[in-house]
Formats: sequence, C-alpha cells, structure tokens
Amino acid sequence: MAEHILLRHRDNKEISKLPTYRKGSGFSAFERAVTKLNPEEVTDIVFDSGLRGRGGAGFPTGLKWRFMDKNNWPHYVAVNADESEPGTFKDRELMESNPYQFLEGVMLCAYAVGCNDAYIYLRGEFWDLAHELDKHITKLHKEKLLGDQLFGTEYSLRIHTHLGAGAYICGEETAMLESLEGKLGQPRLRPPFPPSFGLFGKPTVVNNVETLANVPLILEKGAKWYRGFGTEKSPGTKIFSLSGNVMKPGNYELPLGTTFRELIFEHGGGLREGRSIKAIMPAGASSSLIVANDVALDTPMDYENVPNVGAMLGSASIIVIDDSVSMDWLINKTVHFFEHESCGKCTPCREGTYWMKNITERIHHGEAVWDDVLLLNDVATNIKGKCLCALGDFATEAVTSSIERFREDFETRVPQSRPKTEVKLSL
Amino acid sequence: MNHLRDQYGKEIEDVLARYPETQKRAAVMPLLYIAQREDGYVSTQDMDDIAELLAISTTDVASIVGFYTLYHDEQAGRYRIQVCNDLPCALRGADDFLDGLCDHLGVKPGETTPDGVVTVEAVMCLAACDKAPMFQVQSYDGIAYHEVQTVKSAVKLVDGWRKEKASG
Repeated sequence: MAEHILLRHRDNKEISKLPTYRKGSGFSAFERAVTKLNPEEVTDIVFDSGLRGRGGAGFPTGLKWRFMDKNNWPHYVAVNADESEPGTFKDRELMESNPYQFLEGVMLCAYAVGCNDAYIYLRGEFWDLAHELDKHITKLHKEKLLGDQLFGTEYSLRIHTHLGAGAYICGEETAMLESLEGKLGQPRLRPPFPPSFGLFGKPTVVNNVETLANVPLILEKGAKWYRGFGTEKSPGTKIFSLSGNVMKPGNYELPLGTTFRELIFEHGGGLREGRSIKAIMPAGASSSLIVANDVALDTPMDYENVPNVGAMLGSASIIVIDDSVSMDWLINKTVHFFEHESCGKCTPCREGTYWMKNITERIHHGEAVWDDVLLLNDVATNIKGKCLCALGDFATEAVTSSIERFREDFETRVPQSRPKTEVKLSL
Repeated sequence: MNHLRDQYGKEIEDVLARYPETQKRAAVMPLLYIAQREDGYVSTQDMDDIAELLAISTTDVASIVGFYTLYHDEQAGRYRIQVCNDLPCALRGADDFLDGLCDHLGVKPGETTPDGVVTVEAVMCLAACDKAPMFQVQSYDGIAYHEVQTVKSAVKLVDGWRKEKASG
C-alpha cells in the first residue's frame, strides 16, 4: 500500500509531533464536528462508512454509538488499549507513532456520544506509552483542543489515561470497566451492555484503539471514500499483526479482504528456507488452527470469509506455524496462557483451564495415554459456551481444532504401547 | 497518620481529580503504583493507607494487589526482568533465551540473584511479538521494554545495574 490510513507515520515520521499533525489537516475534522455538526450527524457518517470494531468482534461502530441511552447521563467513552492477545501488537505502534490521530478519534467519538470525560485504559506494561500520551494530552489542552468550552461552544472534553496492571481479561469490555472502577477485572453478566449500563453504571462506549484511529479520516474524507477500501461488508483497511515463523514479522496495514498468501509471502517475506507452512492462527492464541493448504492461503482475510476455513478474523493477529512445530507443544503454550489469565469467576473456565493445562503438560511430556487426548477434548468441549465472557471459549479453540485437524501430532506423542484405559489424573 | 498522604499528597489529589467524586475507588490502581514506588512492593501499611484514602476496606485493596500481576506484596530484586515466552515469542526463540539468561545468572524463573539486583520471571504476552526475544524491566517506578534481545545484551544490562549498585 502506497499511502497508509492508520500507520501514517510510515509515510511521515514527524506525524507524532503536534505541529506536523495539525499541518496535515489534523484536528480540522474535530473542529468542524464541534462547530458545524451535531453529534447525531457525526455518528451517521461513521455508521455510513461501515466501520466495524477492530478489537476482535467486528461490531458496527456507528451502531454501537447509536445504542447509547439518551435518558441517562453522563455518558462516558472508555478506550480499550489493553492489547494483550498473544500475537497482537498493533495498538501499541499506533499510539506510539501516530498518537494524535488516535486521540482525535477518541475526541470525535466523545463528541458524537455527548461525553465530557473519556478514559483510555492501557495495559500496565504500556507505562512509558501512557506517560507519552499524558504529555500529548497536556499539549492539546494548551492548544485549546481539549478543555472547557471548545471553539467557543458549550462543549467540554477531558481525556484521562488509566493504567491496568497485568491482566489479559481486562481486554474484555465489561472486565475493563470493572477494573477502571477499581475492582477486580472480572466480566459482568450481559445484558445490560455498556451503552446502557457501563462505567460507573452510566452509558458508555467501549472502542478499540485502532477502531477510533479510523474516525478522523472518515470524518474528513467521507464515508464513501472509506468504503473505497476493503470489501462491501468489511470496508476499510486493517492492521494485520504478523508473527511466528515468518521472515519479516510486524504490522502491515492492508485492505480487508487481502489473502493470507499475500500477507505471509509477499509482505512477510515467507518462511525460513527449508521450512513449509503448516498452520495459521488468524486471531492470536484465541484462534482455531487453520490447516495451511491452498484453499486457506487464498482465503480473503475479512470478517465473512475467515469462518469458511474454520476460524475467526478477530483482531487479525496472524501467527504463522511452520512444519517444525508439533501441536501438543503449541497447545501446551496456549492453554498455559489461558489458565494463567482466567479471572476465576466462572467455574467451567477456572477449573477447565486448570485441567486442560495438566493434561496438555502430560501429553507434551509423553506421559499420557490416548484416553487423555479424548479427555482433553472432552474438558474443552465442556468449557465452551458456558462462561460469562469469551475467554473460556478462546481457551478451547486451539485445543479442539488441533486435535481434530492435526490428530497425527498427538498420536505420535502418546505412546501406543501403554494400555488405553489407564487414566491417571495428577493433582 | 497516613504515610502515603503525607508523602504524596499533591500527586494523590491529582489522581483523585480524574474520577467522579463519588467514585474514589477508581483511584486504587494508580495509588498502588505510587505505593510501590519506594521499595517495589505494597506493604500492609500501604494497603491500610490506601483503604483510608478511598474509604474502602483493606481487604478490597489486598484483593486488587493479589489479582493483578504488576503489583507485588513481597520484596524481590531491584529490577524484575520479565521475559515473555508465550507462543509467538516462543516460536522465535524466547524459551531458549529465558533458559540461557537464567543459566547465566544462576537462577530459575521466579528467583532473585543473591546480590538482590535481579529477579527473572516468565510472563504472559507483552504485545511485542515481532520483536522477540524480548522482556520488560519492572523497576520500582516504571516499566521499560527491551526488544530483539540476546542473552549477551541482557547480561550487559544486568552488569550495568551491578556496577551502579557497587558504586553506590
């Protein structure tokens, strides 16, 4: 892609400086919105652009904004910058290198939903980044782009950063709100959804960093312009985080609908010499494993087509797995992650991830029998669909898909000579 | 007598101002980071102080410390090297890096060197999968990323800290 919409610092490094960002028409969309458009008009433009949430669920952004309960005030915006999915590292680059476009997106969202206090929830590890954002926010106050009675109108806006402290679950929107309220990061029962009952019990929009970074250019250039990128149902560009066994890992901004093959082999430089591609995880560690055959490689990466090959696009964190990797090792890694990150609220997830970890450890160390593989699959199946949030489901995707699609990896790991009925559960 | 208020009164006021007046509890996480600044962990006295400042129970504060991995209730090394060895990093050699670093320092993950300078920990994904092997260093007042690392570069960093300590 010649010109970026999101990773614009790759075209102009200086864009992280306020004067440079402003010179390139930065904050003109915000000023126009506040002085000339009413909040509903801003929401309508974002709705018409077809922008879908980039945090993983792909929910239409404008529709989410329209859901805000107008009979209950104040309204809040809580930006999800808790980026913690293994394989995802796009929001960090965006906030570090193109911070003002992100902040303008936050400001436009806040104006559209009538919010005067917006919070950016960053994972605690983004310590330096949060302090940088604080400095940027101070500059925006000095330039009267934030603060009271902006551009001589009645509209006021403040942005606050809030650091988490190391909990993957806080990327789940209601757990993030709980955490922001000073409580344990544990998901709430939904409904009610945040646009009716969110932060401090008030209507709240929760949007991902990348989602909001799209908004300034949509306002500036129009919904129709935005729809010129990507596909009909998944318009726009997307940042694909490419990692794993690939020559050039990194973030790549490409139109939605780009094929796996193009991302991995053209942009990512392919695999190491002598290695072939075995599997793809398109949504980070939460993903099912796709068998990397020609059909899969030629599949367009968008919200509609990835499910056809048995996975979700999610936050588009593409982990490439080569033929040196055995799946019993791989799921041992992913299950270990989810066992550590389970918040403990729902029993199937808390206990299930613990047992999955035990069993995958045994399989990986060659101490298991075939019944253990079946038991593992059974535990996974019993977690799925039985928890308040998606973490439980996510923990099972790699497990069940690898047992189904890469069965031979487990067959070679489990000694066939041992009696199949001998099931020992180690505590 | 509230040690935290005495020492960081103005800063604590600024933190509280970010949240609605009726929602003081929201400040518990930023206040815990302030409490951790002196010696890298949150003491029971700190928890009492925070509880008093926010009008919640000490148990509530302790539950937050226990839930989140970046808060500690015990002293460890002056610097915590937190190596990500999750799947994407492991595919790029993070496990070997962690083993190599631990061997060099003569510790196992979770342990502190005898001189008290470094604790090595294996942690979950740090959102730097394209820059593996990588780790973050959590010190008393901050977290810094170190990307595209080798055992050699990490050891150099540790040697620097040791010199700093020796020179007092």
